[in-house]
Amino acid sequence: MATTAWTHQRLEQLRQTRVWRSIFRRGPARTNRTLSLAVFGNLGLHVLPVKVREKSLSVRATYYLGSISFFLFVVLTITGILLMFYYHPAVPDAYRDMKDLVYVVSNGVFLRNLHRLAAQAMVVAVFWHMFHVFYRGGYKPPHEFNWVIGVGLLMVTLFLSYTGYLLPWDQLAFWAITVGTNIISYVPVLGRPIRFLLLGGHIIGQNALLRFYVLHCVILPLAAVVLIAMHFWRIQKDGGLTVRDDHE
Amino acid sequence: MSEKKSYDAGLGSDALRQPRRIVFITRNTSAKVKGEVGPQLMSFPHVILRETIAFQVLAIVLVVLALFWDAPLEQLANPLLTPNPAKAPWYFLGLQELLHYFPPLVAGVLLPTLVVLALVVIPYFDVNIEGEPLWAHRSRRRLQIYVGAFAVLSVLFAIYDAWTVLAPTALVGALGLIPYFKSTSNSRFQKFLGSRPLPWWLMTWFIAVALTLTVVGTFFRGPGWSWVWPWR
Repeated sequence: MATTAWTHQRLEQLRQTRVWRSIFRRGPARTNRTLSLAVFGNLGLHVLPVKVREKSLSVRATYYLGSISFFLFVVLTITGILLMFYYHPAVPDAYRDMKDLVYVVSNGVFLRNLHRLAAQAMVVAVFWHMFHVFYRGGYKPPHEFNWVIGVGLLMVTLFLSYTGYLLPWDQLAFWAITVGTNIISYVPVLGRPIRFLLLGGHIIGQNALLRFYVLHCVILPLAAVVLIAMHFWRIQKDGGLTVRDDHE
Repeated sequence: MSEKKSYDAGLGSDALRQPRRIVFITRNTSAKVKGEVGPQLMSFPHVILRETIAFQVLAIVLVVLALFWDAPLEQLANPLLTPNPAKAPWYFLGLQELLHYFPPLVAGVLLPTLVVLALVVIPYFDVNIEGEPLWAHRSRRRLQIYVGAFAVLSVLFAIYDAWTVLAPTALVGALGLIPYFKSTSNSRFQKFLGSRPLPWWLMTWFIAVALTLTVVGTFFRGPGWSWVWPWR
């Protein structure tokens, strides 16, 4: 008991220091006013609403599927950056790097497993999130445009997963991308030019690997971050999550 | 204070006599103002705490699974050695299964484009926003359209031998008819079916078809896209 009091006192002293107060100007989050400031005075949190409806926090309302999709994106960003330290987007170095992850890099297998697992889980979570929102009627006004942004995020998620599929440069990767890009060439008129643009040539080779790498590590993640920020921010601007009475 | 103030938008120079109107609340109020409220909680700490717990549970599950479930790695890519069958990532195997039945322009281009377009326009088709059950009025005309569409689709799928599309279509289509013919039932399942609106039926049909195609494409297709049993 004495230690708790002592800790409290030290914490209070820390809060009074000039450095602390220069970072958290609002003071301790105890009153409703400072609790609000904790959210909209914070760059990361200010996209969230300051208050939420109690009902929208129940597990059945969302199953936290949107949050889970976002968390998986965070896990993928972290593990992805770590994987980039060990990866060369070149033929056949890319494949050797995969072998190095197994035999040379500490916990390399675990790192790659985590990235792949989170990627598969994110595709499932995003689809599930969409279907759940549909069945809950979450697309109805005033949330129409946020649904459209969500469809955009689904496309980005699929494309992120798909571009990542080629990077290990093994048989599985090569032929999966062959099957996929062959479908593109069936698009009338534009099919072959689009395929050429995507692959940087007529075959899946060095150029295709480099393009998929840049798409996977730079362009698509940036697109995802922008769309995710809009998606969250619009929940607040559109008046919070849809709440429905649970009579079923 | 007894003096009555004029709140008209005026240009008087004495702000105490004639307060200047600084805000006009027009009809274009934001959705935030319009929505019903109910009991509310502060995001900090209630939302932040729950999200943190969800994140930690997810992280633990991921780590445990990643310890035991190894990501596959095959031989070095070889353009001269085509595996049979060559399969796309699992979430595109439904599409690949469709390509097996329909011409590539239909299965590879037309259908996926239509699906994406349909998803985008969902919120703008605000017919039936109240979620009225499909057979609320037991309309004969609606039944004719339903059975007609069902028959046309079934014949189309049968012509192309697309059994893995036909089977889930038939199942969902038949389930949809139950509440029309058995409107009074005490079974909870039938009551549930009876209360479902048209969008629910369309989405359920779509999910049933997509799920069947993906599962069949992933587990039940072998060399030359022939039918195989995964346990053999």
